[in-house]
Amino acid sequence: MKKIMLGNEAAARGLYEAGCRLVSSYPGTPSTEITEFAAKYDEIYAEWAPNEKVALETALGASVAGGRSACCMKHVGLNVAADPLFIGAYVGVGGGMLIMVADDPGMHSSQNEQDSRHYAKAAKLPMLEPSDSGECLEFVKKGFELSEAYDTPVIIRLCTRVSHSQSVVDLSDRTEKELAEYKKDPTKRVMAPANAKPRHIKVEERLEKMASYADSCEFNKAEYNDTKIGIITSGTCYNYAHEVFGDGASYLKIGLINPLPENLIKEFASRCGRIIVIEELDDYIESFCRKIGIAVDGKNILPSTDEFSQELLRDKLLGIKAEYSQLEDQIPGRPPVLCPGCPHRGVFYVFKKLKLYVAGDIGCYTLGASAPLGAMDTTFCMGASVSSIHGFNKIRPDNTQKSVAVIGDSTFMHSGITGLVNLVYNKGYSTVVILDNRITAMTGHQQNPSTGMTLKEEPTYAVMPENVAEAVGVKKEHIRTVDPLDVAEVEKTLKEELASDEPSVIVCRRPCALLKGVKRLPSFTIDAAKCKSCRACMGIGCPCISMVDGKAFIDSTLCTGCGLCSQLCRFGAINGGDKE
Amino acid sequence: MNDIKNIMIVGVGGQGSLLASRIIGNAVLLKGYDVKVSEVHGMSQRGGSVVTYVRYGDKVWSPVICRGEADIILSFELLEAARWLPYLKKEGVIVVNTQEINPMPVITGAMTYPDNIVEKIRAKNVKVVAADTLSLAREAGNEKASNVALIGLMGKYLGFDVETLREAVKMSVPPKFLDVNMKAFELGYLYEN
Repeated sequence: MKKIMLGNEAAARGLYEAGCRLVSSYPGTPSTEITEFAAKYDEIYAEWAPNEKVALETALGASVAGGRSACCMKHVGLNVAADPLFIGAYVGVGGGMLIMVADDPGMHSSQNEQDSRHYAKAAKLPMLEPSDSGECLEFVKKGFELSEAYDTPVIIRLCTRVSHSQSVVDLSDRTEKELAEYKKDPTKRVMAPANAKPRHIKVEERLEKMASYADSCEFNKAEYNDTKIGIITSGTCYNYAHEVFGDGASYLKIGLINPLPENLIKEFASRCGRIIVIEELDDYIESFCRKIGIAVDGKNILPSTDEFSQELLRDKLLGIKAEYSQLEDQIPGRPPVLCPGCPHRGVFYVFKKLKLYVAGDIGCYTLGASAPLGAMDTTFCMGASVSSIHGFNKIRPDNTQKSVAVIGDSTFMHSGITGLVNLVYNKGYSTVVILDNRITAMTGHQQNPSTGMTLKEEPTYAVMPENVAEAVGVKKEHIRTVDPLDVAEVEKTLKEELASDEPSVIVCRRPCALLKGVKRLPSFTIDAAKCKSCRACMGIGCPCISMVDGKAFIDSTLCTGCGLCSQLCRFGAINGGDKE
Repeated sequence: MNDIKNIMIVGVGGQGSLLASRIIGNAVLLKGYDVKVSEVHGMSQRGGSVVTYVRYGDKVWSPVICRGEADIILSFELLEAARWLPYLKKEGVIVVNTQEINPMPVITGAMTYPDNIVEKIRAKNVKVVAADTLSLAREAGNEKASNVALIGLMGKYLGFDVETLREAVKMSVPPKFLDVNMKAFELGYLYEN
């Protein structure tokens, strides 16, 4: 049966058809939907782990137990999971195991651009790279076979334009896979030096075997047309190249990214004139070509930043510029904003009002950094708010009473907890604000350990941040819970905890305004006669409020009735919702 | 390569462009074409500018559409039509809902919302089909059918029969809202600019 599927959905279908039994992941754009779609199959046990390291280790455990398993993450998630990733190469598998990582060239929804292909090389693991939805399905199935044939986890590398593009796929039925036998074997799985040394030799031997397989791998395809230009490429770049050059060039499409097919590349190069390597981000294939003595064009012409397109290739490789018209007017940008009714908004308003140093984190609330709130000093990576503020305040102790770390519920569970342990253990006294909107919102509403629901929509124990804080040693009187829509209460609580010389945790709890079941209240309205045009209500960056004919005005089709603006109006001009 | 049709669906995060791409995708499948649809999830959904690319024909390679390539830009909002205009090919058509949604730089007063956008685009010798599809949807019985009214408005420019498109709408909307959506579709399709 043929169907149009998102790359991520097709990858999940591949897991299903291959008889995969367990998927453990942490959500991250653009990888999230693989796990969500996998969870829809009753035959697959799927779960959200608190972070990628836990997810990968869970999948590794399942593989050792003999079942086919997978874990999915975005590129930065693989940094978190790097420890078990590297050891996975030594331990090998029982049932086949896949690590699916989605890169984000162009940073559509990420804090950096990162080329995950280096991980395959560094960890000495095979990596496959599909270029569309059909290949996502096919490569996942083949990935399991390779994993079992070579006794190694296999990495599947995706990117935004593969994960989030839909194309036609051909579906088959699921083939159940018997559990592989489990036999205790410490020499293979207890990675202490005496065992790991011989395992390292096995890893190198495996790589050599795979390198010779690479030359015959069905996913490495040479396509000979006009041979004046030979293009070596992979993944989504193959599509851009084909779009631009058509039959006017020959192609070597590489599906097995590690190890690369040395003889195949040499043969292709010998049959073509000028060789161009087209790859997004780093010069991964290009460096290999140079190493084996093949002169190529690549990053001398094409950039190492941002995603590619047919327009970029036409411009850089053929000198053809796009023709188009545009208006003379300056078009205002439309950056993403905190949604109407977002419970985070009021908290950032208070941060700004109190002129605090704000160590931020990764989530929707990173938008608190944008104008007009502008209440964020740093955003590094998952969990870094809690750990980095500790370092900042150790160097500048007088900053402690003027600073907060701000982190979401899911990010706190991911890697904020260890930072909090460090803060308490090492006699810090910073204030940590946890924005608990009862869901992992940024990636599209995934459950997490604090929501009380599993990925399979089953009720479970909710790990509450207050309990965690108490357990790691934050004193009970310095663990506070407030409603983030009550601006006065947020400000009062913050001031009290900032003044204390103990570590504090303030949990701002209110469900995401977009969450199913959150009631939308009637819109607030502004009495134009009472409005003094002071623009105080504009300071919260609510997309519902704008100035119309010199007076503030609320768009009733957008307003969710959160009432935050009405708390800021000194003239009582804003009324409505529950608080009329 | 020249027989590929390129449609861009642009708007503001949360406006529901996903349904529009699903309807077009289904229509294209009914015709038996190869198709690629590309969209970006995540950060851009939070009220930001969003774009979906739909490409179909005998064999589609790239999943994205670049400047000067779109046959149709289907815009859910006026300013977004202006923003993505460079992506339209010379003989392309812009189909736009005339709703205006202020972006943050306009809300904060840092910039102004350009005026007379439709007229200015037409002055570039570009065909613009503009309608207040929110009103059309209201007339059909539900504001939420605005995107289906916009699909109807585009119907004449897609290059295949309206029956296929009707069938695709039926396939793509919940049965409960079929009547109101079909009515909105027809109102859009019959709208004279």
